[in-house]
Amino acid sequence: MTSGFVRGRQGRVQGEFAALEADLIRHLVSQVVELVSDDAPHAGRPGAGASEDPLAGLLDFDGPVDSPDDPVLARLLPDAYRDDDEAAGEFRRFTERSMRDQKAGNGRAVVSSLTGAGLPAVGEDVGDAVVELELGPADVQAWLRCLTDVRLALAIRLGVEEGDEDYWDALPDDSPQAYLRDVYDWLGFVQETLVAAAWRS
Amino acid sequence: MTTAASPTEVERPETGEVVRPDLPWITVVWNDPVNLMSYVTYVFCEYFGYAKSQAETLMLQVHHDGKAVVANGSREEMERDVQAMHGYGLWATLQKADA
Repeated sequence: MTSGFVRGRQGRVQGEFAALEADLIRHLVSQVVELVSDDAPHAGRPGAGASEDPLAGLLDFDGPVDSPDDPVLARLLPDAYRDDDEAAGEFRRFTERSMRDQKAGNGRAVVSSLTGAGLPAVGEDVGDAVVELELGPADVQAWLRCLTDVRLALAIRLGVEEGDEDYWDALPDDSPQAYLRDVYDWLGFVQETLVAAAWRS
Repeated sequence: MTTAASPTEVERPETGEVVRPDLPWITVVWNDPVNLMSYVTYVFCEYFGYAKSQAETLMLQVHHDGKAVVANGSREEMERDVQAMHGYGLWATLQKADA
């Protein structure tokens, strides 16, 4: 099993992963990329499509105003105002699409660093290859943010709460929930090592 | 917030006074059960440029009190900060300082 990331020479961040681990990360990251890329609403208000307002279309400021229904998306793209729906809607209209692009871009950067480090393409036999990553500053940022998004997504789907360790410990080892919870904890470990390696880089 | 694998020992610095009282809007970061304490501290240092001890104080405030004011300034500045926090995966909102 990987021991996570360490600070390597010239401030670069290095990490060694078994191909199966790298494949699992790619799989989870790809799901988040798909989620933030999918069904991104375009109209600001019902009936106010870009075709009726060419200027808004040109400026590309006609994003959605409502918080996403999907609880994972709602957490990845939270309201910027708690007690002011109108201001929250305006903020979202101007920022949500670029936030989705940013998060998808982070995910794609992570996947591309894994593939670039020797992870076989999706569907190919990953075998017992070892994926040796060496991340520059931009990739470190993409990884930090993307691991956060993946962990947030898993936590929302699993219903992870503060101080709920007993619940998870009591689950039978072979339950799918327990497996995902282990994956979630493992990603937390990987991120912890990445944060430590990223300081001062 | 949470820790993973090997929780870092954190020393508690004396003060967390980081905001200027004359500015009308604030950025608030809220606690969540997912983000690592080390990561939240890292983000506060990286993005706001806080010293590590100051960032740790704010992180602990988020963790123990459920939220912390991490910046203040104009509404536009706070919207920028909130957007940046969302980019990092932190749960942040802005509001009027006296709200």
